[in-house]
Amino acid sequence: MSIEKNEEFRPKIVAFCCNWCSYAGADLAGSSRMSYSADVKIIRVPCSCRVNPMFILRAFERGADGVIMCGCHPGDCHYTSGNYYARRRMTLLFSMLDYIGVENGRTRVEWVSAAEGAKFSQTMHEFVDKITSLGKNVRLEDLRCRN
Amino acid sequence: MQRIGVFVCHCGTNIAATVDVKKVVEMALHEPGVVHAEDYAYMCSEAGQELIHKAIKEKHLTGLVVCSCSPRMHETTFRNAAEKAGLNPYMVEIANIREHCSWIHKDIEEATEKAVILMRAAVAKVNLDAPLKPGESRVTKRALVIGGGIAGIQTALDIAEAGYPVDIVEKTPSIGGRMSQLDKTFPTLDCSSCILTPKMGEVNAHPLINIYTYSEVESVSGFVGDFTVEIRKKARSVDMNKCTGCGVCQEKCPSKKTPSEFNRGLSTRSAIYTPFAQAVPNVPVIDRDACIKFKTGKCGICSKVCQAGAIDYDQIDEIVTEKYGAIVVATGFDMIKLDKYDEYAYSQSKDVITSLELERIMNAAGPTGGHLERLSDGKPPKEMVFIQCVGSRCADDRGKSYCSKVCCMYTAKHAMLIRDKYPDTNVTVFYIDVRTPGKNFDEFYRRAVEDYGVNYIKGQVGKVIPQPNGKLLVQGADLLDNKQILKEADMVVLAAAIEPNPDVRKIATMLTASIDTNNFLTEAHAKLRPVESPTAGIFLSGVCQGPKDIPETVSQAGAAAVKAIGLLAKDKLLTNPCTAHSDELLCNGCSQCANVCPYGAITYEDKEVNDHGVRETRRIAVVNDALCQGCGACTVTCPSGAMDLQGFSNRQILAEVDAICR
Amino acid sequence: MKTEHSRAEMIKEISGVNPLKCMKCGKCSASCPSYNEMDIKPHQFVSYVINEDIESLVKSKSLWKCLSCFACVERCPRDVKPGKLIDAARQIVVRERGKNYLLADDIPELVDPDTPQQLLVSALRRYRR
Repeated sequence: MSIEKNEEFRPKIVAFCCNWCSYAGADLAGSSRMSYSADVKIIRVPCSCRVNPMFILRAFERGADGVIMCGCHPGDCHYTSGNYYARRRMTLLFSMLDYIGVENGRTRVEWVSAAEGAKFSQTMHEFVDKITSLGKNVRLEDLRCRN
Repeated sequence: MQRIGVFVCHCGTNIAATVDVKKVVEMALHEPGVVHAEDYAYMCSEAGQELIHKAIKEKHLTGLVVCSCSPRMHETTFRNAAEKAGLNPYMVEIANIREHCSWIHKDIEEATEKAVILMRAAVAKVNLDAPLKPGESRVTKRALVIGGGIAGIQTALDIAEAGYPVDIVEKTPSIGGRMSQLDKTFPTLDCSSCILTPKMGEVNAHPLINIYTYSEVESVSGFVGDFTVEIRKKARSVDMNKCTGCGVCQEKCPSKKTPSEFNRGLSTRSAIYTPFAQAVPNVPVIDRDACIKFKTGKCGICSKVCQAGAIDYDQIDEIVTEKYGAIVVATGFDMIKLDKYDEYAYSQSKDVITSLELERIMNAAGPTGGHLERLSDGKPPKEMVFIQCVGSRCADDRGKSYCSKVCCMYTAKHAMLIRDKYPDTNVTVFYIDVRTPGKNFDEFYRRAVEDYGVNYIKGQVGKVIPQPNGKLLVQGADLLDNKQILKEADMVVLAAAIEPNPDVRKIATMLTASIDTNNFLTEAHAKLRPVESPTAGIFLSGVCQGPKDIPETVSQAGAAAVKAIGLLAKDKLLTNPCTAHSDELLCNGCSQCANVCPYGAITYEDKEVNDHGVRETRRIAVVNDALCQGCGACTVTCPSGAMDLQGFSNRQILAEVDAICR
Repeated sequence: MKTEHSRAEMIKEISGVNPLKCMKCGKCSASCPSYNEMDIKPHQFVSYVINEDIESLVKSKSLWKCLSCFACVERCPRDVKPGKLIDAARQIVVRERGKNYLLADDIPELVDPDTPQQLLVSALRRYRR
């Protein structure tokens, strides 16, 4: 039994959240005690447009199994248009990742406002379930980075 | 190499109950650069800050990681604490182990493991932090209030009383808003216009208040302390300076068939009109869609009868550009449309009305001159039925999920007034719950029941069926008696849910103020900053933030005014030092960053650079710190990687990613 | 015989309804055309499921008095749908009888395609008693 437990797959998930909407949405999920998996770790960025595709590739390189990016709803960006840039960049990046064999389900963009704690928690649930079903990311991980 | 101190907060048991804080402290000491780690019950307390102060001094710390609540809560607290101890405040990073960890996880092992990882990421980031210095920006000492209802009026008066000039932008031809449409107000039964019109007059006469009626906000740019706003003054077709407000034009206007917005379509108005008699300013507007002169070219009667020569058919929309330091949103509400509630027969019978329509009917200046009568045949009703929660508290997409808050009280008011004025009329109220929190509110409702004999029935109405004899058959349920009720009524009044003014979405987008799924503007903190938007310099007043009654609206309006005054009273604001910077050795002057910058903060200069001993002049991007808001769009766009964002640099975020994936 | 708990769970599963969403407004009872025929009223269905008293529900007159007109389902502001709950309770009765269900072959071929399927199934369950 104990062996089985040790081998239970726990995905590593990196979430990029913009400071104004999604990070606040995650805070609201927290203060409303809406739980989601501890496998999700959040990195705060000022805006979704601060997320360089490089960050996402790096996460996969270092062994992340899924990366999700959350921003303000289109039209509601604190910086007026940042999430539109992010949306375009991610569309390109995700189709490239798909091309090189990283399943589309491993990457996701979701718009979460500061008032949507429930949506944040729900999204994270879904994403963790998806990644768990996809299993370990082997395509992009650089084994030299493993310690 | 940094010398980092890690401080782990218990937050009472909020964190310590699910995260093994001692373990986090122990693990922190293994991280590169960490020379000190400790835990304490309440880091944000005076004593906790003292611990931080002492550690900085004794261990010569150059960076801090505080593992505590969200940075949105206490980042400023800990930055100030660091500054007091002589450390640059931007050398502090917060690991959010409360909202993002202890509050959402139950398993101690799991939560501790996550807390350690979050701490690691923060340590990795601090290792690459550099001291930053905020710049300064000036404050334009003028405020803009969007919306001229009671919320906007009160905010404008309070700001102007403090000595700062205020502009009000109101979409309709007159200020006054919804409150001017009401007949009486609960729980004291004051006449609404008797208490509102003096305030409208005061605003109009105030030397520091300027009102733009029949105007809309066209665009907003800039940031806190320095907004630039374009206001569209729609063509009124009447010269504001010449018009004396005599009203002859309205009398003589031959086009009188337009439904009156003020009377909720229950009466008609002329094409040239003021919405109501006490309108401020008392200058009419020509509705160009209804005016015969504009439709056919013939007529022009108003121009002929106007002694002052104020009619100007050639007027065009005018755009005014103004600068403001603070903006208050007071856009108010409207009733929801009832087309999805066909079971209440609102569209089928004239005698099924909304509460706001009843306000107009009860009002002496309303469509029936204040007499309660059926709109179909003009007869006084003998049986009135009120239906509560029409579209409020709905889980489906037909209505709104929230409680509209004011309906229980105004229904009690209507019921009481009708029973008082027409004792022969029976009044029945179908309710789900009667919600009367507020000073003298429950007493008011009890008076309606006990002294005025209003019949309250617990149970919602299923259907209203118009009968051939003109009556309305109301099919309801009495849940306490466990009976189904069929009641013939003469009039049915629906307490329709209130919703934010539909225009608010457009305005919120212009202001980059966040808005929730119900179109209510979001406050910066639900409890502690209820009148501020998360966007600096934007304040919220009235129902645009959430349902509320008049006294609450007025107190919130005052609070928003105080917050705006607090901002206007400052001469200078410290700007966010987390701005973009270009590396002049890497920049190739391609202009892509300037294309994506929403603030126009990037310009290009020819600069002499020393590239590994080679001196040459290059075209290089330069960021204006005062304009840059630190979104980081340019950093990702830059093809050569020359742009980086201070405080959120590429290396820092990558270090966080690495720490999390380790 | 199944426990009352598992029967309640089954009702929730079949109907897809979360009875806890009910705010007891009574709009279902107000809308019900066969209210006066019923011993357990539509708004009470919900509490019977919450309290896991399925036996009373199954034995009630209401179970077979519901016309499946779905006025309550249509008008419920909280998405609780008492009509679906009672429908699920009927299904439990049918299932517990065992093997006594309608064969696909027994359904006439010429069923009006405009008839909503849900109504048809409900009607079959009701009248084949």
